[in-house]
Formats: sequence, structure tokens, C-alpha cells
Amino acid sequence: MSVDQATVRRIAHLARIAVQDEETERLGRELNAILAFVEELSAVDVEGVEPLTSVLPMQMKKRADVVTDGGVADDILANAPARDDHYFVVPKVVE
Amino acid sequence: MSDPTRLSLSEARDAIKKKALSSVELTRAHVAAMEKARRLNAFITETPEIALSMAEQSDARIARGEADPLEGLPLGIKDLYCTKGVRTTAGSRILDGFTPTYESTVSANLWRDGAVLLGKLNLDEFAMGSSNETSAFGPVVSPWRRKTAAGLDSAKIVPGGSSGGSSAAVAAHLCLGATATDTGGSIRQPAAFTGTVGVKPTYGRCSRWGIVAFASSLDQAGPIARTVRDAAIMLRSMAGHDPKDTTSVDAPVPDYEAAVDASVKGRRIGVPKEYRLDGMSAEIAKLWDEGVRWLKDAGADIVEISLPHTRHALPAYYILAPAEASSNLARYDGVRYGLREQGRDVVDMYEKTRAKGFGPEVRRRIMIGTYVLSHGYYDAYYVRAQKIRSLIKRDFDRAFDLGVDAVLTPATPSTAFAQGEKGSSDPVEMYLNDIFTVTVNMAGLPGLSVPGGLAADGLPLGLQLIGRPFDETTLFSLAAAIEKAAPKLELPSPWWSKAE
Repeated sequence: MSVDQATVRRIAHLARIAVQDEETERLGRELNAILAFVEELSAVDVEGVEPLTSVLPMQMKKRADVVTDGGVADDILANAPARDDHYFVVPKVVE
Repeated sequence: MSDPTRLSLSEARDAIKKKALSSVELTRAHVAAMEKARRLNAFITETPEIALSMAEQSDARIARGEADPLEGLPLGIKDLYCTKGVRTTAGSRILDGFTPTYESTVSANLWRDGAVLLGKLNLDEFAMGSSNETSAFGPVVSPWRRKTAAGLDSAKIVPGGSSGGSSAAVAAHLCLGATATDTGGSIRQPAAFTGTVGVKPTYGRCSRWGIVAFASSLDQAGPIARTVRDAAIMLRSMAGHDPKDTTSVDAPVPDYEAAVDASVKGRRIGVPKEYRLDGMSAEIAKLWDEGVRWLKDAGADIVEISLPHTRHALPAYYILAPAEASSNLARYDGVRYGLREQGRDVVDMYEKTRAKGFGPEVRRRIMIGTYVLSHGYYDAYYVRAQKIRSLIKRDFDRAFDLGVDAVLTPATPSTAFAQGEKGSSDPVEMYLNDIFTVTVNMAGLPGLSVPGGLAADGLPLGLQLIGRPFDETTLFSLAAAIEKAAPKLELPSPWWSKAE
């Protein structure tokens, strides 16, 4: 599998990272180098092997569905680049 | 006391306990050392006022007879740990101006036990790197220098990464110990490169809450210190259950320091034949053989073991870690914190913010992660890599089932290199640094790097010990045996120390 420049642009958009036209060739080359490095995995026999999703044989912990935290809106907004009262401000989304 | 920065953490602790030294004296000496060592670029943020105020509080507690386990001891914190009221950067521009309103659980545990915050340590951006050259705040320089026939070479040596600020600051005696994090080797490789001790605990041993996430199924917090005992003391304070991290384990934290003096007689040490790579340097092979001999001399039994899927660990890691990173780093969108670049609409704002805020290595990993998770490739890459992760863990399970108590390997395939020497044309060249360490993260096991001596180029080499889940105690015992037998390392005279 090889990543072409159109794929670089598609991936960059999915990742929400702007790329300049002059960057796509280099990025494609770097991504292809990494994909070539991982290519050997396609030859490994994984028949009947379960994917590992947790290294510890543990049950997901659960707790009572009660409020344990909150009331810290000022803290949550403290680092916002743009805010208005208790809202984050973003460019207009809906016309 | 002549120069308190020459003390180990345990010696400083004992001196404070005996009231031979105050925390303010100890802290002032470290603040001075830190301020004179700016050429190393180990700290992103120095916090001398906070340090002195914490030291004064420690001295007051000591006077009242209330000293806690780390009372009055100045530590550095990797700038991936959120610290309340102190700028936290993750080594990235995208967190521009971010000051957490909360404290990470692990650093809070250290303050609970009386430790003093000296400052926030430099790192590879989002902990992605093996040389500390990807930091948006510039590379860290190791206090070590290469030896040549003509004397010490002035080339700037990397301190390893991603915890390069931690390893450099500890090696250069700027702090008594430091926190670090390890996703594929980021504690153990910098420790090996700087002649320090680094511990990556079992996954779940330390809380990840409040630590900037890279790859959540692999990330683990741990200490870097100058002695095995110091690392054991730090880990005891750092570890423990935290309801805020569902993967943190509710199990008692042992007295790791007690393990440092324990005998290793009769312990079975596995030596995996698959780690003897083709083209392994003669020096690394010799170091490994010496490690085997030291443990044998201490009474351990050595057995050859097989970990057949070892060679697939690094490629599988470079699918799983970027995949998790691409998901974790989606939160940096210019809305809630950090940098924002203006855009014509919200998507344009996201794309411009992320293009400007993330450095090249982080962008690369996010894009690889996005690719392997994208439609049509998910099974071929991501699920296959998770299956290979099962095989890697199974290899270790089998070795432990056969009665092996720990595994001994080299920590890195080479000594440290100079800035700019690796990875500039091919990112994979840098990734190969983690070839011996990454299996441990994949299997969720504890791993420890301990100095084994100096190579011919005058730079330190490290040995790695890998243990059963939650058996860090055995690693501390074995590492102490190696530390006792290995040649003592002598750092070059402090060329980096300069009053400004």
C-alpha cells in the first residue's frame, strides 16, 4: 500500500490539520516510510488470536451514577482562547 | 554541608530527618544549580518561589516532628503532568498559555508526601520522540560528553527522550529525582543514555489522571533518579489507586525501598535469545554478558528463554500508539484551551490551529494514526496490531509460567548520539531506539533501566530488567545487585554550570 498526495490531503483533512501543497510530497514519503516499516506485520499468522484491548485482566470499574464533581464552570473556562460569560466562543457554525 | 546537590535523594532525606540539613538549604542549592545550568535547557518552567515556599513549609513540619516520606526534597516534574497554577506545555505550542486549574494525581501524591516542586522539565512534544529534539522549547542537552583521544568532544549529546529534561536534570544534579512517563521507552531509554535509573511501572500502578495523554493503553508514569534506592523511594509515593483513573489498580503499594536490600539468591533470570539482534554492537553484547555475570555472582540463576514475537513489537507499536494519539490529540481544537488560529469557519479554524500548534513529529503520528484507523484499513492495520500485541504478551506469560522471575536485556541498541545525527531523513531511524523497551509497554509489564558502565565513547550504557505484573519489588532487588557490581560512572566536570 502506498500513500499518494491525494491520500495525504484526505488524511490531513480527516485529522483536521491544514497542509500546504508543497508539504504533501514530503509527508507522503514519510508516511510511506512508516507504512513500509509496519508492512512485515501482514505476514504474521494471527489466525484465532484475539485482539488485546486491555493488558490487565480486569473488569471495567463501575460506580454509582451520582454527581461527584462539578460546579466549576469558571475553572473549565479559565483557559479558553475566547469566551463569553459561561460559553466557549467559536466561529459561526450555523448560517 | 559542603554541597547538598551532591547527595542522593535518600542521603538528603536522612540528613533532613537528622536535622543536619534544612529543606530551605537543600532547595536553595538546587535552585542555584538549576539556574546555572540553563545551557542544558532541561527546564521549560523554573518555579523557584514555589520551591522555597514549599521548602519553608517542610521545615515547619519537620520542626513540629511531622515529616512525611519525601519531606523537603526538591524534585523536577516532567511538563506532561498538569500542575495547578503552573503553566503546563507538553512541550508543544498548541497548549500555549495553558495553566491547569487542577493537579495530576501522581504529582499531588508527591506533594502529599512533602516533596518540593523545583520546576517543569522539558520533553519531546507530547512525549513523541527519543532524543528530546521534537520539543517546541528546544532540545535538551545531556551533561555527558563523548570521549575522544583528544579529550572531551564538545558535540551536544542528546539525553534521550521523551523524558530528556528529567534524565538530564537528574544526571546533572539539578534535582534529586524527577517524574517521567513511558509509552514505548520514554523513561528507560533516557535513563540509559544519562547513567540514571528509570522505572516504568506495571500498567495501572500509577494513576494517569492529570497527565497529558499520548497513547492511553501504553502510557505509564514513573521516576528517574540517580540510584536504585532513590527510584524505589519515589515510586512508593507516586503509585497507588486513584478512582479518577479506571485503569489504576486497587492494590497495596509495597515498601519498594525494603526490596533494595533483599537477596536475589535463587531468582531465575530469563535471557531472551531474540534480543540478540543481527548486527548488535559488540559493546552492547558485552554489557549484556556482564549483566548476566553480575546477577549470577549475586546468586541468581540464568536461563535462556524465547520471546518469539519480539521483532514484531516495534512495528505493531507504530500502529497502536499513533492510532491512540490521533484520537487523544483530537481534543486540541483551539476551543477550550491553548492556541487558536483564526479561520473563515470552524473547520478552517481547527485545521489552521492544529497545523500551527503541532510540530512535525506530532503531525506525522496523528496522520499515521488517522490513516490506520480510517475506513478500509482498520482491520488490516489496527486490529492486526492488537492481535500481535496479544502474541507479545503471551510470549512473556509463557516465560513467567516457566518460573522466570525477571528478564534481563540491554536497555538501548546504542549509546546516546549527538543532536541532529538521527532521524532527519527517515523517521523510522529514530523509532529503532525503542526496540528493546517497547515490548514491555505492549505487554503492560514493569521495566527498569539501570546503568551498566561506560562505552568506549565515554557515554553510559544501561541494562533493562523486565518483571511480572506488579512485581516491581523484584526489579528493585535485581537492579540493586547490578548497581553494586557495575563500574561507578563519573560525569564530566560540570561544563554546563555557569552563572548568568
